Amino acid sequence: MITTPAKRIGALAFAAAMVVAACGSSSSSPSAAATAAAPAASTSGSSSIAGPSSCVDGTITASGSTALQPLVDAAGKAYTAACPKSTISVQGGGSGTGLTQVSQGAVQIGDSDVTAESKLASPDAAALVDHVIAKQGWVVVVNNGVTGVTNLSSQQLQDIWACPNGQATPKITNWKDVGGPDMPIVLILRPASSGTRATFKSVVLNGQPECAGQALTEDSNGAVTTAVGQTPGAISVIGFAYYQSNKDKVTAISLDGVAGSVANMTDGSYKLSASGHMYTKGQPSGLTASFMDYMMSDPIQHTLIPSLFYAPVK
Amino acid sequence: MTTVESSLSRAQPGLRARLDVPRRITLAAALVVIGAVALLLGFIVWRGLQLFVASGVPVAQIFTTAWQPDPLSAGTNYGLLPFIGGTLAVMAVAAVIATPLSVGLALFLAEVAPGWARRIVQPAMEVFVGIPSVVYGWLGLVVLVPYLRTQFGWMGFATGFSWFAGSLVLSLMILPTITSISYDAFVVVPADMRSASLALGTTRWQAIRHVVLPTAATGVATAIVFGLMRAAGEALAVQMVIGNAPVIPTSLARPVTTLTSQITLDMSDATGTWNEALWTMGLVLLIISLTFVLIIRRLGRRSTPA
Repeated sequence: MITTPAKRIGALAFAAAMVVAACGSSSSSPSAAATAAAPAASTSGSSSIAGPSSCVDGTITASGSTALQPLVDAAGKAYTAACPKSTISVQGGGSGTGLTQVSQGAVQIGDSDVTAESKLASPDAAALVDHVIAKQGWVVVVNNGVTGVTNLSSQQLQDIWACPNGQATPKITNWKDVGGPDMPIVLILRPASSGTRATFKSVVLNGQPECAGQALTEDSNGAVTTAVGQTPGAISVIGFAYYQSNKDKVTAISLDGVAGSVANMTDGSYKLSASGHMYTKGQPSGLTASFMDYMMSDPIQHTLIPSLFYAPVK
Repeated sequence: MTTVESSLSRAQPGLRARLDVPRRITLAAALVVIGAVALLLGFIVWRGLQLFVASGVPVAQIFTTAWQPDPLSAGTNYGLLPFIGGTLAVMAVAAVIATPLSVGLALFLAEVAPGWARRIVQPAMEVFVGIPSVVYGWLGLVVLVPYLRTQFGWMGFATGFSWFAGSLVLSLMILPTITSISYDAFVVVPADMRSASLALGTTRWQAIRHVVLPTAATGVATAIVFGLMRAAGEALAVQMVIGNAPVIPTSLARPVTTLTSQITLDMSDATGTWNEALWTMGLVLLIISLTFVLIIRRLGRRSTPA
């Protein structure tokens, strides 16, 4: 059964509300939340996520990566549902924002797709403690009109994407050179600062620069999906969860013969993936420490994470 | 005035203070606004200069064409010319498209339209202004971009994402601005001047062409500059349709990028020197806007209709 992440989160909120209601705690309005979330839960059939083994009171904020936001948000809601005296607020803003804010002490947790060393000056990065909580994957997608291409090798992707040594255009600019129709390739990139682009550049392109002058640049998974969906010959990279909810709009391509799936990412055979980081300034304490432990617990690692198309790290 | 106030305060002690209350309230409002503007300007200038001051990037480097901000790749270069060029190019073509339409519409409303037409067109203009820019961008993305690609592919619109698409969306967004300010310029042309012209036996068109338009010229120019200012600052709608390729604009059919678009693309994730370069882009945008403000003030000083 295929469900969207949104439905899963809805189901989770429902489950969370039920936990609160069952405990008979004095939460503000569990019945209203349960009623509102009920239709989503009934269609998804997702199992509930167990709360943490022990509660710590307090208020913390996590900000950063929008790719990790659905996961951290869902985990935060599951935690606070079981521990009504705790408040965990989860915001996006981008990996750079999250790292900057945790480094300045503005938030307790900075979520990031990339390491702190790649974004911050070395003394600032050294003050942060890295917690790898999940693996996230990306899949190469093409417009549905690109028929006959089901797999591309890293070498072929480099020839489509990269402009090394000041080259003006990539080596391959037509789909017929990789087994597809006679149609120009339209490359769609994410902004240079995005974690998606950084990961693709290091994992697939071996650090070679993209042909940005020849490409379109779109600023989010959603915008990329729309652009690939409507532009003939388009190719780009989107996160697993976005592909799962847009399977009819774009076509996924295997990378070096391996399909992008949670199972292939978990066993390590699919290489276009990266660690999801949660950074704290120094060793965490109080609610932050408790929430970090919860992120590594079985309910999150083995139930929540696969359901949102991430892979567990333990 | 002073003598009236002083005699009043003699007659009724405390009245003067009460008369002062509105003055103090308005003065406070003015000071708050002036303070906010000064703080904003100061902050943007200060942050915008950090690229040169703190990171030691030579000022001349921003006038180069290579945008290589990624600290992880060898040899960074913060060339802002593609963004400055893109902003000016997209803005200029938008003004070229919007000006004849807006001025024509304003003339129609001020000189030709019967009352009922004015009652329909003016609310329509207000609706235009009220539509959020994301809606313009979305329409551009799902309607205009595919249309350009499928119907005008032979003219070089390979993907539809293009300089022209950005300018067309922008022209729609600045149309109400230029129209309403031009309209105001036309309606303040004294009726006597029109009557005098008609009395000399001119047609209505001749009166518009030789009397109304020249008299309102500075007002219309001001309207166009206001439109350009609005165009320079628009980010979202343009970003959705121009493709955001950091290149010097050479063809209306090819993707380009703008200062605002690049700032919004990179602001969430850029840190360090890269982030400073985005602030410098903001400063450049501010300088472009201030230039327009200066032009408007210069025009305002010249204009003396009625």
